[in-house]
Amino acid sequence: MIPLSSTQTRLPVDRSPGKLHPRRISVGARVGLTVILVLAALPMLDVPIPILLPGQLSSSGSLLILSIGLVFAGVAISFDVVFGYTGLLSAGHALVFALGIYATNLLMHAGLGYFSAAALAIALSGLVNTALGAIALRVKAVAFTMVTLAFGEAFYILLLVDPAGIFGGEEGLPVAFEQIPDLLASARDVRWLYWLSLAFAVVAYLLAWMATRSRCGQVWQAIRENEDRVESLGLFSYSYKLVAYAFGGVIAAAGGAVYLLVARGANPSSASVHFSLALIVMVVLGGRGRIWGAAIGGLIYGILTLRLPELSTSGVLDGLPEWASRTVSEPLVVLGFLFILIVLFFPDGIVGLVDRANSRLRTMRPRSMNENTLILPPDEPIGVDEIRTKH
Amino acid sequence: MTTLIVLTATSLGLAGLYFLLSSGLSLIFGLMDVLNVAHAAIFGLGGYAAWVVMDRFDLIDSLAARFAVATVVAVIFGCVLGYFVERTLIARNYGDHLTQILITLGLAFVMEGLIGGIFSYSPQSIAQPAWFTDVTVILGGRIPNSRILIFGISALVLVSLLFFMKKSKYGLIIRAGVENRRMVQALGIDVARSFTFVFVLGAALACLGGALGAVYFTGITPALGPNLLIFAFIVVIIGGLGSIGGTAIAAALVAFTQQIVNFYVSTGLGDIAVVGLLAAVLLLRPQGLLGRVASA
Repeated sequence: MIPLSSTQTRLPVDRSPGKLHPRRISVGARVGLTVILVLAALPMLDVPIPILLPGQLSSSGSLLILSIGLVFAGVAISFDVVFGYTGLLSAGHALVFALGIYATNLLMHAGLGYFSAAALAIALSGLVNTALGAIALRVKAVAFTMVTLAFGEAFYILLLVDPAGIFGGEEGLPVAFEQIPDLLASARDVRWLYWLSLAFAVVAYLLAWMATRSRCGQVWQAIRENEDRVESLGLFSYSYKLVAYAFGGVIAAAGGAVYLLVARGANPSSASVHFSLALIVMVVLGGRGRIWGAAIGGLIYGILTLRLPELSTSGVLDGLPEWASRTVSEPLVVLGFLFILIVLFFPDGIVGLVDRANSRLRTMRPRSMNENTLILPPDEPIGVDEIRTKH
Repeated sequence: MTTLIVLTATSLGLAGLYFLLSSGLSLIFGLMDVLNVAHAAIFGLGGYAAWVVMDRFDLIDSLAARFAVATVVAVIFGCVLGYFVERTLIARNYGDHLTQILITLGLAFVMEGLIGGIFSYSPQSIAQPAWFTDVTVILGGRIPNSRILIFGISALVLVSLLFFMKKSKYGLIIRAGVENRRMVQALGIDVARSFTFVFVLGAALACLGGALGAVYFTGITPALGPNLLIFAFIVVIIGGLGSIGGTAIAAALVAFTQQIVNFYVSTGLGDIAVVGLLAAVLLLRPQGLLGRVASA
């Protein structure tokens, strides 16, 4: 070991699971708590945020957009467990999200109160999703992506065609208003709805944090790095992958139950392949294999998709010809470009950028880190290698 | 009987489009292991390239001649686009399949958004030569000529592709590369060049498909390409990776299943039936009809 000088206060952090430095945990928990408190206090602030939000922070328009961003953050976290941690590139994660939306809504229409409908819907959606996962996981790599894509598409078409006449077809199904608790029902005061979304995101975060740091979570990451080796250690990787798939599914279904209230209805577009692919974008944008990376990715994606279209009418782009300002304010273009840049140059996503800035700050301290840069552990492995070569 | 014949003709036209879209995808996937999520968006761009010519290029009076020009423009556009994308984005990441897939995913978003931003999301109808909408009576079935044209062009492409793959030196290299890429490299052949070639070929075929697709669907929307993506994947998997013949058979199989179930059972169920077909093939015969295992 290289001796550390006694004046050394910032120790290099070993981020490998199970060996978390105690100091790191407390810093992380402190930052996390601060973020949650600030987010929870947002509805009290009468601060206008130009361009990014439609009005003051406390206005219902702003809060609804933030709520959608928070729900997306939670769902992105659930997908990060499946894709970022376990390395399963599912192209059908929107299925279970939409299942959560529709099941909650249908149960509410059948006469259940919101919370009991949501609980039952989450359990049911989780079961269906786990059954589908059990089939899809029989194949690996690209074939797995294909099967999940096909399941997702089949469900989407089922919602559109609506053979039984219960899903509302292309129009979707408005939420059963009479079953929503009063606090959450008001269209003018959406603070409680916002807090519900925040609570969902926080719970998703905590559950994912605990799961990925458990023994099972370590096996997930091992499967991502080298599934054959996990098998050769005598672990049955199939069941671990199924647990990851089921776990992510339950959280996503819960996200669906919350989203139903935020969106005031169930719409088939939530089940589209497009949304499944958008989840991949969210997770990679933020930083795959890092929970808060996925959370940030989801939040950014949600806010940008909702706010960018307003850019063309805001007057910021007045100098540009019409087609150009329409293109610049097109969320798909901006997010797509951002996504490609991230994939090409910062494969660890926004989190990777922050990490890099952090470590640069640390190395800039005079003479303190020169020796220790040698023993800085490599960043948490993020390269996902589940699409193996064929030969 | 007449209905069946019209249905057959419609299915064959659709099968032609599926084939044009999927054959490139299958070759790219088979040879390079790149799951090109942007392929259907390229198909859509080809359709819009043709639409722009038909809509703006009124120097040529005859619609038929203008359509011929539009098709050629779409194909050239596809070649340029394919070359540019492969060289600048895909080639930097040979050997890293996940990155390549993610890049094509980003590209798909950008392309769809660009189309929406430039041409708006509302559907654009395309001017067609009168001959296209005329019908030819075959065995009592009244079949629009455009269906016959699309099927004819796709069949021609199929035959030339098969000929190219079987008889030419480049075809041999590509077939060998699909079979065992490392061995080809070990023999001192620059596989990267055939990667570029296959990507350009795929993009050109997709754009040709897009131009014909604009005729088949009598117009075009930004969602047209992305909506076909899932069926293109299904055709590729059912046909077997890298197999031109398999892709052609699978395209016909998928198109027929879809049309017949949609017509005789219920609209929309045909799409679900096709997904069921995929699940069955994946679980029973993962290597597809003629081809290798997708995951091995």
